[in-house]
Amino acid sequence: MQPQFATEYPAVAPQFKVGERVRVRMTAPLGHIRTPFYIRGHVGEIERLCGSFPNPEELAQMRDGLPAVPLYRVRFRQKEVWPDYRGPDSDVIEIEIFQHWLEKA
Amino acid sequence: MKDHGRYQPFTYYQLMETSLRELLVEKGIVTDAQVSEEVAAMRARTPQRGAKVVAKAWLDPQYKKRLLANGTAACEELGLEIPGLRLVAVENTPQVHNAIVCTLCSCYPRVLLGIPPDWYKSRNYRSRMVREPRAVLAEFGLSIPDAVQIRVHDSTADMRYLVLPMRPKGTEGWDEARLAGIVSRDAMIGVAVPTVK
Repeated sequence: MQPQFATEYPAVAPQFKVGERVRVRMTAPLGHIRTPFYIRGHVGEIERLCGSFPNPEELAQMRDGLPAVPLYRVRFRQKEVWPDYRGPDSDVIEIEIFQHWLEKA
Repeated sequence: MKDHGRYQPFTYYQLMETSLRELLVEKGIVTDAQVSEEVAAMRARTPQRGAKVVAKAWLDPQYKKRLLANGTAACEELGLEIPGLRLVAVENTPQVHNAIVCTLCSCYPRVLLGIPPDWYKSRNYRSRMVREPRAVLAEFGLSIPDAVQIRVHDSTADMRYLVLPMRPKGTEGWDEARLAGIVSRDAMIGVAVPTVK
């Protein structure tokens, strides 16, 4: 699968395909985390592979963040994220999530 | 009486910024002139840069394809300098309306749209745009019919986003500059749509 943006870093191999259903890991480590709390534990589908980027959790600790981690855009149904969501079933939210935060759903 | 201005103590973050900047200058890492130039360059970037990209995409279907495939390359093609920006353009259609938010902080394509509006950085917008986008858009005066899907994009990592709005009716035959004139900052964030007066 071609990423939208090619990067030169040594990187972990992408594990998920477009359209595949994934769950965001439900965990709460300390540190600089780019996975919002509200989406943890929810199931969505891979919308695209953005590319592979240094892990921000490592960068925040002054390390190089390598090997780079595949970054995906994941699409979630609003009604799945917020059971009391006010709007049609078709509304969605899309979020960039690093591979190590995702597992097969 | 002579006005000497009003003394106000620095806030926490002003003090932090000044201290850090003075240290960097003192240690010879940057010069005062470089800092001033960068601030001036940041102020000089305006949403007109983004509007140019949108107008070009409206006029040239091949360019639009390239913009959606790789926003960064498409900006560079127009001679826009956008260092470090990985731009994802998302297209509004009769079926889909896109809107951008950054819930974690205030990620924004500054090199393309300039300094973000204060509301974009507010806790109110950031928390509610993902939770009740239709209510938030209504507060901006934008009512999206239920038949249209809303796609909210939470800008959490390395991508930055630009909404490619729909070209409004009544702009047939307009040239690029005239089209760019109706593309507002808010339309490129997705809280407004371009209209013809």
